[in-house]
Amino acid sequence: MTAPVHVAPRPRLGRVLQQQGALIALVVLVVFGALRYGEQFATGFNIQSLLADDAKYALVALGMTFVIMTGGIDLSVGSVAALGGVVAAQLSGAGLLPAMLAALGVGAAVGLANGVLVARYGLAPFLVTLATLLVARGLALQLADARSAVADPASGFQDFGRWSLLGIPVSFWIVLVLFAAGALALHATDFGRHVLATGGNEDAARLMGLPVDRTKVAVYVLSGTLAGAAGAFLGAQTGSVDAAAGQGWELTAIAAVVVGGTLLTGGVGSVFGTLVGVLLLQLIFNLIVFENGRGVIEISSYWESVIRGAFLLAVVLLQVRLTRRRAAPT
Amino acid sequence: MADAPLLQMRGIDKSFAGVPALTGVDLSVPAGEVRALIGQNGAGKSTLIKVLTGVHRRDAGQVELDGRPVDFGSVHEAQRAGVATIYQEVNLVPYRSLAENVCIGRAPRRFGLLDWRAINAEARERLAALDVHVDVTRPLHEFPIATQQMTAIARALSFDARLVVMDEPTSSLAEHEVGVLLDVVRRLRDSGVAVVFVSHRLDELYAVCDTITVLRDGRCVADAPLAELSKYEVVSAMLGRALTESERRGRHVGAARAAGAPTVLEARDLHRPPALNGSSVSVRRGEVVGLAGLLGSGRSETARALFGADPVTGGEMRLAGEPVAFSSPRDAIRAGLGFNSEDRKADGIVPDLSVRENLTLALLPRLTRRGVVDRGRQQEIVDRFVARLGIRMASPDQPVRELSGGNQQKVLLARWLCTDPRLLILDEPTRGIDVGAKQEIAELVDELADDGLSVLLVSSELEELINGCDRVVVLRDGETVRELAGADISEDAIVQAMAEGSAGAGEHGDA
Repeated sequence: MTAPVHVAPRPRLGRVLQQQGALIALVVLVVFGALRYGEQFATGFNIQSLLADDAKYALVALGMTFVIMTGGIDLSVGSVAALGGVVAAQLSGAGLLPAMLAALGVGAAVGLANGVLVARYGLAPFLVTLATLLVARGLALQLADARSAVADPASGFQDFGRWSLLGIPVSFWIVLVLFAAGALALHATDFGRHVLATGGNEDAARLMGLPVDRTKVAVYVLSGTLAGAAGAFLGAQTGSVDAAAGQGWELTAIAAVVVGGTLLTGGVGSVFGTLVGVLLLQLIFNLIVFENGRGVIEISSYWESVIRGAFLLAVVLLQVRLTRRRAAPT
Repeated sequence: MADAPLLQMRGIDKSFAGVPALTGVDLSVPAGEVRALIGQNGAGKSTLIKVLTGVHRRDAGQVELDGRPVDFGSVHEAQRAGVATIYQEVNLVPYRSLAENVCIGRAPRRFGLLDWRAINAEARERLAALDVHVDVTRPLHEFPIATQQMTAIARALSFDARLVVMDEPTSSLAEHEVGVLLDVVRRLRDSGVAVVFVSHRLDELYAVCDTITVLRDGRCVADAPLAELSKYEVVSAMLGRALTESERRGRHVGAARAAGAPTVLEARDLHRPPALNGSSVSVRRGEVVGLAGLLGSGRSETARALFGADPVTGGEMRLAGEPVAFSSPRDAIRAGLGFNSEDRKADGIVPDLSVRENLTLALLPRLTRRGVVDRGRQQEIVDRFVARLGIRMASPDQPVRELSGGNQQKVLLARWLCTDPRLLILDEPTRGIDVGAKQEIAELVDELADDGLSVLLVSSELEELINGCDRVVVLRDGETVRELAGADISEDAIVQAMAEGSAGAGEHGDA
């Protein structure tokens, strides 16, 4: 910096906690797990299954991150994943690629509907995506005849779920690449900056001449497409997709996004924070499984929800405190 | 200066839902000129600006920029044509850095990706040109309003703006910050940019503007070099008053009766910068005191400060001689104050509740016994006030939203009156209600004062102040500049004080 700085930068503890709190917690829990449960916990299989499981939540949460950064919300992702998964499984006979593309297309279509209704007609994102949640779920049930859609075992569809590279499932490599692309898009493209400006102050963004409506449509399409992909991943991993799959994914995704440091009111967010949030929430579940495996105490899996919920509350409290401080007159 | 004006708007018409907001308005600004645009609330300033900057489409008329007809369909189009707007409220994105706020939308790129190094450098340079030397990578919300406003200006200029529209850019700035901004305006003018400058602070207009356009009721009522108009003439044009002394009907008893009465509330030298810079007002028992001033003079702010709705940074208040400091409206209500806000829709009535419920809302805690509302007493009170105030309705159970504006206002008045206040603050009580109802409310206030209620009447209508008040306190730039009593209350005196402060006026009345 060459210009004299009149306002000193203030890296506050609160800010660090909000931005890096999830990462710190993740590292602490991994170390804790490795020390307490030893080799078992650290073995490749545990990590592999953990990561494979995380991939689909991560995809949904990535799309959700962008939606929330514009100040919106997408409740339809779980249903869209189910719909995408059912479609992919039913088309799996045609091969991996057509099945995947079909799932992506279905997701994009629902996302487009969400985006147009929100941006063009000014409807509340909560209501729009609640409606499409119901629609997509209904279509999935209809298509699968209220049962599971089973993938064609002869096709290469299910191989996708078994591929791994350097001991890490391919699905998770894809997730990593997509998150890197998402982070780059957020930081270094007009689209990313428009997302943050729209969520930060929509009126201002409009008056600045930014394409607010187009940006909103884009994030919902992105979210829908990624949800469709998550459904296809599920199908490839398990060989079949229950029409009732994906229930509650939207809430898991929202929780991961918020834990990762993205403000629910929009305008501030972190793509990698979301990834950390996903890993963290899944790790809590994993740790409970291991704790039960020791047989010393029995923690019901219901406690997992309680712990996740408490975590979420702590993060939201922290966010509110930070936001209030910002709103205070300077 | 160019021979043809840079901006030429002619015969602009615009109406909303059949109600004309602008009728045949002209506005022209040559390059290198600063034009003041002034008018009361609802005169059409904002509409005119929005038509110019592509937010609204005009119904009729021409807009020419540089001699070429233009028709902006969006803010973006106007921006590209070199029209930049700086709004009253800073319209930027609080969580993003200064640099991003300056450059977003046309940021420099490298290999297709945003080049943050270049973005930061450009923003730093542009802000430095406005004499702002700060860390441009910090988020906007960490900076004072003045810096944010400068950031907005830097952004506007980065579009190579040839016409800059500033809509009350100084309303949230402190005095020294205003000075910096006015310097920037002068520099813009000197570099050949045309500026439209909207402000209610006459001193600023005279400090920086070359010409002035005055709007009233959607029409252009004055268009002249500023040097040819006195402040008094500007205010007169704005308010639309003939400069003759109108007959003052006045309060029948007037100041003489109230003169001996004890002072109920006295506020001295209230400060809450930038809105309040020493406003003082006192109200005696049974007195109606008017609070006058142009927009932004601190009328409503004074009223809110008295009621404890906004904290003050300086000054003192006495209630019946005892020093008080209300930290919230709750304290003020407990001490016997009532406040009828300017916006009855937002702050007052609950539209779907009945007249009965609206009227007794503030009184409910005292009307309930073990959590159950005493319907008998409630009905008694409602009947009494409906009759007393002449509220016209089908039944007390009718939803308030179905009543006319005047009757809604009476319900609100009744709500305060039934709490038996000592002092009632009425902020623009007759705004948006018809002439007949206005008269009724005025008479009602008069009667209430005769019964011993003290009233502080905030109004932008001279007639209401002249005819309804025992004394009128005139505010200017947040400061009490004149106090008029009895026969001294005249349009002329009020306008004079609004425009020029206490200069040429006598002692502050102490009646």
